[in-house]
Amino acid sequence: MPPKLSTQSSGNKPSLSVHTSPNTLNPTTSFSTKPSSSSATLSLSSSLQTLLKTYTTQTPPQLKFIDSFLLFLVLSGVIQFSYGVLITGFPFNAFLAGFSSTIGQFVLTASLRQQVNPENRLEFKEVGRERAFADFVFGSIVLHFFVYNFLG
Amino acid sequence: MSTAYPLPTNISPSTVANTASLLRIVAFGLISAAAIASRLFAVINFESIIHEFDPWFNYRATRVLAAKGFYEFWNWFDPTAWYPLGRVVGGTVYPGLMATSGVIYNFLHYFNLPVDIRNICVLLAPGFSALTAWATYMFTAEMKDPSAGLLAAAFIGIVPGYISRSVAGSYDNEAIAIFLLMFTFYLWIKALKVGSALYGALAAVFYFYMVAAWGGYAFITNMIPVHALVLLLMGRFSGRLYVAYCSWYVIGTLSSMQVPFVGFQPVRTSEHMGALGVFGLLQIVAFASLVRSHVSSKQFQNLLAISVVTMGVLGAGAFVVMTYKGWIAPWTGRFYSLWDTGYAKKYIPIIASVSEHQPTAWPSFFMDLQLLIFLFPAGVVMCFRELRDEHVFVIIYAVVASYFAGVMVRLMLTLTPVVCVSAAVALSTLLDTYVEAREPDAPEERTEANGSNADGKKAKKAGGAVGSQAGTAAAAAASSTISDLVSATRSSAGSPRQKGIWGADARLVIILNAIGMLVFFVFHCTWVTSNAYSSPSVVLASTNPDGSQHIIDDYREAYYWLRMNTPQDAVVMSWWDYGYQIAGMADRVTLVDNNTWNNTHIATVGKAMSSPEEVAYPILRKHDVDYVLVIFGGLLGYSGDDINKFLWMVRIAQGVWPDEIQEPNYFTPQGEYRVDDRASETMRTSLMYKMSYYRFSELYGGGNAVDRVRNQQIPKVGPTLDYLEEAFTTENWIVRIYKVRKEDALGRDLKTANAFAQGKKRKRGKPVSRRRAIV
Repeated sequence: MPPKLSTQSSGNKPSLSVHTSPNTLNPTTSFSTKPSSSSATLSLSSSLQTLLKTYTTQTPPQLKFIDSFLLFLVLSGVIQFSYGVLITGFPFNAFLAGFSSTIGQFVLTASLRQQVNPENRLEFKEVGRERAFADFVFGSIVLHFFVYNFLG
Repeated sequence: MSTAYPLPTNISPSTVANTASLLRIVAFGLISAAAIASRLFAVINFESIIHEFDPWFNYRATRVLAAKGFYEFWNWFDPTAWYPLGRVVGGTVYPGLMATSGVIYNFLHYFNLPVDIRNICVLLAPGFSALTAWATYMFTAEMKDPSAGLLAAAFIGIVPGYISRSVAGSYDNEAIAIFLLMFTFYLWIKALKVGSALYGALAAVFYFYMVAAWGGYAFITNMIPVHALVLLLMGRFSGRLYVAYCSWYVIGTLSSMQVPFVGFQPVRTSEHMGALGVFGLLQIVAFASLVRSHVSSKQFQNLLAISVVTMGVLGAGAFVVMTYKGWIAPWTGRFYSLWDTGYAKKYIPIIASVSEHQPTAWPSFFMDLQLLIFLFPAGVVMCFRELRDEHVFVIIYAVVASYFAGVMVRLMLTLTPVVCVSAAVALSTLLDTYVEAREPDAPEERTEANGSNADGKKAKKAGGAVGSQAGTAAAAAASSTISDLVSATRSSAGSPRQKGIWGADARLVIILNAIGMLVFFVFHCTWVTSNAYSSPSVVLASTNPDGSQHIIDDYREAYYWLRMNTPQDAVVMSWWDYGYQIAGMADRVTLVDNNTWNNTHIATVGKAMSSPEEVAYPILRKHDVDYVLVIFGGLLGYSGDDINKFLWMVRIAQGVWPDEIQEPNYFTPQGEYRVDDRASETMRTSLMYKMSYYRFSELYGGGNAVDRVRNQQIPKVGPTLDYLEEAFTTENWIVRIYKVRKEDALGRDLKTANAFAQGKKRKRGKPVSRRRAIV
């Protein structure tokens, strides 16, 4: 079904870019291609190194754990999306259900990460760690209820 | 700290809190009771009946749901609508309303309460109005405080702008949709404030309910992203915004696609792309801010900002390209008609023809909102003063809804809640200022010893009396005026005047004034509700000379006649307005109905109505039409009849057959729309004209037959009908039903057969000429 294929690939392109972007570990591709003077490139690569260094040293292990799950979801989303574009997205509802499942889980997990991040302590005054996890679980259950219903 | 009137000091804070919450509960109970009771005018003045047009379909569908269960309803194909096409009801309906009634019905029956499904349908809207009042209370309490919330709840409970769509019997989608709208907004605000995915997910669930209930869900779909975008542009991005928006969007969008009528629209149409775009933008911004927290290099941050902007621009570009390529459906006509009010009239007459799609007249703002429309701007200004995130929401909502309410009458409904909220904020700020006991610290306390003693006693009286005992309070105010004046002059003589309001008189003038306006508002609402918005429009009422009520029940008379005197499968043709009613009350097959999905089919009916008999007859026969039903108000002066709607039939037919039907032909050469002896030839030979005025002049004997809607004299020699015959005319001639004759048994055309039956000699025009040619 070529028309369906094309439609669906286009409809989700913005969200794909969204998905690949938060991959903190590997942002080099998008930034190093920017044309700039040699000194700028130098400082850029050095600041990327500091980025990696500060990430590995300053991030609490719990957040790293969440990040690894996020990375997995990004990979899963990329695989599903490219399958939908390149091979078939025929049961469009099933494709959407699977893809939304990864997007939704990604977003909910990212929300959890924001909430439990000690740097955001002031921002989320009413949401403690336990509350954040409960939110995460509730959101995931509701999300997957609809995903299951939509799989068809 | 000085106070205007002595406050009791021996009460513990917990007692105060408990009393306040008890008072709130009592007030809220009274508000709910008032909201429900004022919607019952329709039942008291008339009866427990479903109103108007669309509710009849909803009612019919609900009966199917209650009788046969949800799966039957879901798979329901209705062969009696849009004959001969039929309608897949389960896939072309917003099932939220019916499902709600079905759940209530089954719930009550489970507890052996045998309530009729009709009564549930009739009373659903009043019941939900109480819930709307509660949702508005919660929403406004987030904006300001619970007392403003109570005011807002009281406003939305009785404001005519909302009552117009939610009286008892008005069983339409809006009945539950306004509650869902306000509650979803409340949950969104709560999610944004707390930064909790729980509230975001709940907002998504109620958004799903809203999508299942009303096509107006697109308002939420665009309001929340606009709010998020404005916050982003104001530089107010926060983790809370990310959590609230993303959890709402992902779950909400996925769930909205579960409704069959919506289907894949959320990922395929332009109306929903704004939400997706903001979602993408938030991801990018969140990622950027995360990276920024780890790296402090200035250059890197610049680069980050540039790449964020580039990605945003690229996303917008991709959207344009995809729309251009046709992967995303462009904006629909209904959307364009919101921006260009002339658009629908030009291109989609079927949309423009609906009376509730007309632009709003100025007086209706006052009629629907009265005092609130003046307080509304003040409330919006109050929001600007604080400008927290939730106030930005109210401001955007106010601007957008005001515009929409000006474009379309029916969108007054979406404006009403925000007007109530902002008016409540304004009024409650006013009352707070003038009831507040604490006074600003005075620069010197010279007059205090003298003044506060005398002042205090009286003001205490006044403060307790606000509202219930306004009379005594006014007396107290009068007696206190003199001493106030004295003290005021004394203090002003000695030192520069203190700022603030401290005299009981100044307070009382304002407070009594505000209370007086509120009392007028209540009277206005009650009057509008009982007089303007409680008519079922299926049953009409007029007043006898002695003041008693006279019920005009022609519609039901006609529909009952159809039900009892025609075969079950008889096809009834009428203008689309009456399709749902015929299906619901007469239970007969219709050609077109209020679900105006097929323009060509409607244009076919319009063509049949506006053509001469000879042209219309083949159309009628091809569609197996047995009866034709027209509404005629000329005898009674009922202006909503088919002759007044006739030009829309002509326009819609012209849209499909521009060669055969032309609007100008239906006007006199002077450009007037007339039905008397000056009416144009096309007008007088049209089927609609003939059916409306057939034998009308006979009713007046030899006298002048006057059409009382258009105030024109009808010619003494009325139209004749050859292909149809009159079957039934109701008591007041409002509904006239004609039977379509079958083809002549001898193969003549019906005109000749009629002439023969009446003993007229056949004109021998052509044979003569032939003979002459031979000679």
